[in-house]
Amino acid sequence: MGKVLSHCPYCALQCGMAITAEAVISPRSDIPANAGGALCQKGWTAAELLTSGERLTTPLLHGRPVSWETALDHVAGRLSEIRAEHGPDGVAVFGGGGLTNEKAYQLGKFARVVLGTSQIDYNGRFCMSSAAAASSRAFGMDRGMPFPITDLAEADVVLLAGGNVAETMPPFVRHLNGPRLIVVDPRRTATAKLAWLHLQPTPGTDLALALGLLHLAIADGLVDEEYVAARTSGFDAVRTSLASWWPERVERITGVPVPRMRQAVRALASADRGIVLTGRGAEQHAKGTDTVTAFINLALALGLPGREGSGYGCLTGQGNGQGGREHGQKADQLPGYRKIDDPAAREHVARVWGVSPEDLPGPGRSAYELLDALGTPEGPRALLLFGSNPVVSAPRSGHVTDRLRALDLLVVADIVLSETAAMADVVLPVTQWAEETGTMTNLEGRVLLRRQAVRPPDGVRGDLEVLQGLAKRFGHAFSADPREVFDELRRASAGGLADYAGITYERIEKEKGVFWPCPSPGHPGTPRPFLDRFATPDGRARFVAVEHRPAVEEIDEDYPLYLTTGRVLAQYQSGAQTRRIAPLAEAAPEPFVELHPDLAGELEIGAGDLVRVTSRRGEGRWVARISDAIRRDTVFMPFHWEGANRLTNPALDPVSRMPEFKVCAVRVERVA
Amino acid sequence: MRLVVVGNGMAGSRLVSEVRARDPHVTVTVLGAETCRPYNRVLLSNVLAGTTRPDQVRLVDPSWYATHRVEAVFGSAVTCLDRDARMVITEDGRRVPYDVLVLATGSEAIVPPIPGVERAIPFRTLDDCERILEAAGRSRRAVVVGGGLLGIEAARGLAGRGLPVTLLHLAGHLMERQLDVEAGQVLGETLAGLGVDIRTGVTAREVRADGVALADGELVEGDLVVLACGVRPLTGLAADAGLEVRRGVVVDDEMRTDDPSIFAIGECAEHDGTVYGLVAPAWEQATVAADVITGGKALYRGSRLVTRLKAKSVELAAMGETQLTEEHAEVVRFSHRARGTYRKLVIRDGRLVGAILLGESDAVGTLTQLFDRGGTLPGDRAGLLFPGLSSAAHVADSPTLMPDAARVCQCNNVTKGQIRACWEAGARDVAGIAAATRATTGCGTCRDAVEGIVGWLCEQEGVSA
Repeated sequence: MGKVLSHCPYCALQCGMAITAEAVISPRSDIPANAGGALCQKGWTAAELLTSGERLTTPLLHGRPVSWETALDHVAGRLSEIRAEHGPDGVAVFGGGGLTNEKAYQLGKFARVVLGTSQIDYNGRFCMSSAAAASSRAFGMDRGMPFPITDLAEADVVLLAGGNVAETMPPFVRHLNGPRLIVVDPRRTATAKLAWLHLQPTPGTDLALALGLLHLAIADGLVDEEYVAARTSGFDAVRTSLASWWPERVERITGVPVPRMRQAVRALASADRGIVLTGRGAEQHAKGTDTVTAFINLALALGLPGREGSGYGCLTGQGNGQGGREHGQKADQLPGYRKIDDPAAREHVARVWGVSPEDLPGPGRSAYELLDALGTPEGPRALLLFGSNPVVSAPRSGHVTDRLRALDLLVVADIVLSETAAMADVVLPVTQWAEETGTMTNLEGRVLLRRQAVRPPDGVRGDLEVLQGLAKRFGHAFSADPREVFDELRRASAGGLADYAGITYERIEKEKGVFWPCPSPGHPGTPRPFLDRFATPDGRARFVAVEHRPAVEEIDEDYPLYLTTGRVLAQYQSGAQTRRIAPLAEAAPEPFVELHPDLAGELEIGAGDLVRVTSRRGEGRWVARISDAIRRDTVFMPFHWEGANRLTNPALDPVSRMPEFKVCAVRVERVA
Repeated sequence: MRLVVVGNGMAGSRLVSEVRARDPHVTVTVLGAETCRPYNRVLLSNVLAGTTRPDQVRLVDPSWYATHRVEAVFGSAVTCLDRDARMVITEDGRRVPYDVLVLATGSEAIVPPIPGVERAIPFRTLDDCERILEAAGRSRRAVVVGGGLLGIEAARGLAGRGLPVTLLHLAGHLMERQLDVEAGQVLGETLAGLGVDIRTGVTAREVRADGVALADGELVEGDLVVLACGVRPLTGLAADAGLEVRRGVVVDDEMRTDDPSIFAIGECAEHDGTVYGLVAPAWEQATVAADVITGGKALYRGSRLVTRLKAKSVELAAMGETQLTEEHAEVVRFSHRARGTYRKLVIRDGRLVGAILLGESDAVGTLTQLFDRGGTLPGDRAGLLFPGLSSAAHVADSPTLMPDAARVCQCNNVTKGQIRACWEAGARDVAGIAAATRATTGCGTCRDAVEGIVGWLCEQEGVSA
């Protein structure tokens, strides 16, 4: 029986896997991300959702099964009415970082061309936006890891700030066997336990820590002055700003001892090949962009980026978190990582789309602002939602749920009845990964192809077909063929930062993926884009001086503990997929609150007790887990289940509009 | 509104940037007596030790003033404050009117009135620092007078440059304001090991060309003499203008003096009977004053003091009430003088009110935060002094001791029991176990453990066969 070559449906590692027509999965060994045939339990069990009894197979209108014609007619009709009454921005679109490049592209085009709305954003705003903004600011380009994943194993030292790869993308750990690993995390995570050195800062103080590390690098004469002079700009201002961040001050803010900071920076500076990585722990803050910038400044001062074998990279989260932020489902972007307010970009994309540049809307609201505006007098009245589950994943989710409820029309396309789909007026059952073909761009910026392996269940349609059907009702011809859409995406991205013009399905298969930018069919792709110059106008990387400030909500007498959220190995994102897979549900059956034994003792909480956690935005009851892997002043909750995000703080980063998921103040009590 | 700030040191420059961050419109003039841009005094010890260059301690870029529309005047000391005319007058005749005035004049080094003291160099400013460095280059032996924080840092820095150093201190032990007797002694022993000769309980009577003469007539040799005898708040301007001055310029919780249009912050200010000599309180005061001046509401309630010595190979943190004894508090103490280690916690009502940590320790960050926040302490005091003590006590993951329910492969949720069952079903190596259970196929870090279990099971088989 033939096997179809594909990739895992979950995280941005996009492990290669082969799938039979009977949906039997085996790991591929030819894809570097999981070379040697690694998979985690999520990957091994992914096929179970293909045949799950919870699969949606018919459209639902107000909860009742209806035909596709009825459902799409209803949606198109209501959208027309709402547009007529409230204007184009009365209709909003929300996408996801798990959608293929083709879908992400088509969704952006659908919003701008068919609906004419500026109101489109996606859940990647909650994921990659801070790293993206900081990378763009420093390097002129945001390609998560601007080097192949195999560079990691060759590195001498890797500093990982706020990432728990041992649980989020286990096969990634195989690339960390070689280097000395330094982990920055308020918890002693599975990843921190593998580290040579673990720095355990107070939640919300990673920025101060990065400043302290760079201060030490300067004070101890570890700066690569030659590199700084030749390849960067702006260092003098950064050097001056760091005089205020001497290590003893940083120690008091972060709780990280000065000798540990010194150990970390010396190791990184003495490495022949050194790599700095950031994850959501550092990025999901109202100062996430500046935090990433501070780590990039550190990497630049040590001369790492743009040198073979060294560099800075962020760990993209969702399966297509990288491609999803390149092709136009972001409020301020057009395909090819173009800016929507750039006249030349508008001109180019409008020509590909066969419309006039003036007809393209401008920038819209960012994800949380969009959700927050739903159903308000100034906000959209209708929402089309693809590949996302904000009832679980948005900050201050209780409020977001209220906003969704206030809509005149909520349309959700999903494979199962997620918490958000359950609220929808119209639910559209769509295909999933192994049932469809499309490209994904993984955390390295490597464009990969997932081929359809199995026949979808009767009654479901692909997202591209859904968009085609809706577009047709508005008098627009959209293709539902992924290859045709990809070819159009190539033209639309041509000349942009994320240039896919030279990438074809055939090349991807032959070359095991192609790195963008790849501007022409003869171009080999670009594994390491910054070796000669950075993507800034003058080719130099830009230092940007940044300052630490406290978390937006600091602990006080009423809310005396920090809450930080994160992931567990057996679940993925909002859990809509993984919670419905029996072995994963068995491995991680329920949400919990992790607290330190000292804190548990003080609050008279025992393992397994039910505890109430309260923030200024909401509360809930969860089971307590006692662990000394966490700081005494902090509790941890996984966010894969509805509830944790009722507590989180929607304060936004001024640049990236990232919410402050990773730190807020809470109170914890035992439920009698 | 015209805001005038007198003093462009760490407090004054901080206030200026805090005000500008809150209000882009207010007219700001800052007058500094020093001729250079503000610098970080905390880093001067590093400059003396040679780990930081003098140009690396600047707090403000030259272009900052223009881009933030702040008028900065350097090298222009204010000599007169005319409260009736709401005007300050500088020594070079500049007359600057204000609506709101902030005094951030800082303090000056205390120079003891002994014969020959003009031969010595005080250690206070960047200029002082450069003079000391220049003199150190042509000196054979140094004497530092004063065994407080700054004197110790200076002595350590000079010793690190290869200069033999004698440190003279009036009190019976070093840093007597921050340390108890034993900590002071341990610190002295550590410094002695680094080439600093410590003399406590001595009084300098005269500075001579060849050294410092003590009260008992002994001569402590040295051709470079550095003074670190403490500082005195600069309050003359305020006193002459009739503002209330005790040790410092007296301010209320808004950092306001008894003239509502005049504020005082930093080392020249006295709040609730306390004059602070560290930068952290000065910056907290600057934040409060900036809030109040720009129309916000903020109150200063005093600062918790954490002293952190900055001297290579000497790790010392001291905070709060370190001298309390068992009669008045719960005291936890660990001393290992052979290693230069001394740790002490002072606890009252279940809260940390003081601590000394001498010698490298991972506890310092946590204890500082517990002290700062004033929260209740966990019952396990030893765990506070020795982090990792409790978590290190886990049972080793040996195949024999591990229960069957223990998860061996996290990535694929495989227990020891499942591996054993698989082995019993015929799998005799890791590949066989992996094929059946998927253990080792995720992150790969459990490979050794799986190998260990398989090996142990095979051994057991050999034993029983």
